[in-house]
Amino acid sequence: MSATSDQAHSVVAPSGASKTIAGALVIVYALVTIIPLVWIVMTSFKTPPDSIAYPPKLIFTPSIEGYCNLFTTRTRQTPEYIAALPPAETECDRVVRSRNMVIAGPSNVIPRFINSIVIAFGSTFLAVFLGTITAYGFSRFKVPLADDLLFFILSTRFMPPIAVAIPIYLMYRTIGLSDTQLGMILLYTAVNVSLAVWLLKGFIDEIPREYEEAALIDGYSRLHAFVKVVLPQAATGIAATAIFCLIFAWNEYAFAVLLTSGTAQTMPPFIPFIIGEGGQDWPAVAAGTTLFLIPIFVFTVLLRKHLLRGITFGAVRK
Amino acid sequence: MAEIRVEHLHKAFGDFVAVRDSSFTVADGEFFVMLGPSGCGKTTTLRMIAGLELPTSGQILLDGNDVTFNRASQRDIAFVFQLFALYPHMNVRRNIGFPLKCQGVPAREVRQRVEETARFLRIAHLLDQPVSRLAGGDRQRVALGRAIVRRPMAFLMDEPLGTLDTEFRDLMVRELRELHLRIGATTVYVTHDQLEAMAMADKIAVMSRGVIEQFATPQEIYDQPATMFVADFIGSPPMNFLPFRAGLPSGAVSVRVNGAEIAVPKLRESVAESDLALGVRPEHIRFDDASRLRGTVFDSEYLGTTQIVTVSTEHGQVKARLSSEVVARPGETVGLALRPERLSIFDRGSGRALRTALNQGAADG
Ligand SMILES: Nc1ncnc2c1ncn2[C@@H]1O[C@H](COP(=O)(O)OP(=O)(O)O)[C@@H](O)[C@H]1O
Ligand SMILES: [Mg+2]
Repeated sequence: MSATSDQAHSVVAPSGASKTIAGALVIVYALVTIIPLVWIVMTSFKTPPDSIAYPPKLIFTPSIEGYCNLFTTRTRQTPEYIAALPPAETECDRVVRSRNMVIAGPSNVIPRFINSIVIAFGSTFLAVFLGTITAYGFSRFKVPLADDLLFFILSTRFMPPIAVAIPIYLMYRTIGLSDTQLGMILLYTAVNVSLAVWLLKGFIDEIPREYEEAALIDGYSRLHAFVKVVLPQAATGIAATAIFCLIFAWNEYAFAVLLTSGTAQTMPPFIPFIIGEGGQDWPAVAAGTTLFLIPIFVFTVLLRKHLLRGITFGAVRK
Repeated sequence: MAEIRVEHLHKAFGDFVAVRDSSFTVADGEFFVMLGPSGCGKTTTLRMIAGLELPTSGQILLDGNDVTFNRASQRDIAFVFQLFALYPHMNVRRNIGFPLKCQGVPAREVRQRVEETARFLRIAHLLDQPVSRLAGGDRQRVALGRAIVRRPMAFLMDEPLGTLDTEFRDLMVRELRELHLRIGATTVYVTHDQLEAMAMADKIAVMSRGVIEQFATPQEIYDQPATMFVADFIGSPPMNFLPFRAGLPSGAVSVRVNGAEIAVPKLRESVAESDLALGVRPEHIRFDDASRLRGTVFDSEYLGTTQIVTVSTEHGQVKARLSSEVVARPGETVGLALRPERLSIFDRGSGRALRTALNQGAADG
């Protein structure tokens, strides 16, 4: 808690050579990570023929066809029918007609996107909420068999989703939760809550209990002290935990494929199966992926400060 | 302001007894210090008085009211923690005002009382600083401010100076004592530092392994230690023990330690043949060639006006505090004379001091 602890300082200043090597490694790593992302974004602005051209085109004329196809369903028409239509109102109309098709209606992408948002954020909120109070309980009170319980909580993460998916599928079908948002929220919460409890217990253990006790003596109730004193100090840990939970729920594929097909389907199982003329519509798939990246990107950037501080928690506090 | 009475307080954590049958009374306005080595149960006792820990058995009375099972918030006691426990997400002003906010005091009054308290503690200029920027001594003052601002019935302080530098500590000891004289609040202060305890306390309880060994004024504790533990814990260097074996009748005025006849305060009880020890403070020893208690000078440590001379005897090493003018060369054989009226006699089996003219009526705590 000293005033100088805002940054970690290495005692020995790095030499010029090691700086250069470190810099080079960072650049290589950044490229390895970023190239696929750039590729996806580029593909989303290609036409279907460009997207499967070989050798791959680095220079191409950008098109919004991928996005048009992502958001619409289309039907093939004769050139005469299309010629007889009133002039195209939007750029998408024009692009689609150039392929001898007309827009028949909106695609499912928006409901799927909403499903993803509702399920990922809903389950993240629940997991972090339950995780915080559970971790607080384990951290501050004498819980009988605490170690066994904590191990049990963690053990729910040992099994790969595939191993439990079928029993869960049968269970969900019986109680009417299959292919519902609620079902997916509960499932992701159950998976994430173990991570949340373990992460948050670490953070809360680090907060000296004297802080709450001071508040208790000063006249606050336990709950009040928790809200006013513990939560603000655990904010960093809560933010870090929320990001981890959200990333899992947002990207989760195996359960989503098996347990959702229609109304509650999320983006991950939806995107790969966007079909165009004669197979996969790669620009539309890439467009879906690009859109899919935005919310998690925004969320992570917003909480970035907390995340960094959260990861280096022990180092910063002392 | 209040009297704190603790009766037969007992606290066990599973099989481990942290506090064993503690009883003491802190009079209204008294500065009471619990002194003992780390792990002896001081914090646990304090936490029970505060209501942060429930006793296994026993009673705590505040001004005659049984509060043993009351919540911490219902006891009107302020607690200064070892780590100060200032809220890092609040500035000094909000830290000090926090207890008042808890109690729903109107904002205007909070402001006024916080400023009054800050002036009192000479930290008014720091009010709008974040606590993370404060130096140790100022953090301590803020922690005190948070306690004072409530005007509680009593203060509990758990080693509040433990993390400060030595020089700062001396300053804060004086400030705390001054503060106590000005406010006059009943205070229970925990420390493992005998100098702090001696400098501040009206009454001291010396604890060891969950047991209060002696509860008395600083002077009584120093001059008439009730147990060998207290005699050894207090004083620097601590009391010397000369072991011997004897049976003593009540009324005896001397003991034989390895052939040397040594005058002692008149015994007020009789003991059967057993292992005993003669306790003597370093400053109650002088060189005397006529004495039959002999030894060789081993070393001397110069302290300005006095020196600590270590003498090897057949009873082990004995430390004497002598004037620096006394010449003590290592290897020299000397006789030691002990001041009869200041000697204590202990039963080595139980560690208890025998009742003598020295401690009669004071040491049986
Ligand atoms: N919550 C607890 N559970 C188990 N043992 C404890 C607990 N609190 C304190 N103790 C034990 O009780 C003993 C006394 O502790 P404490 O009162 O903190 O000592 P002190 O403050 O005198 O250093 C120590 O040995 C400590 O390990
Ligand atoms: Mg302690």
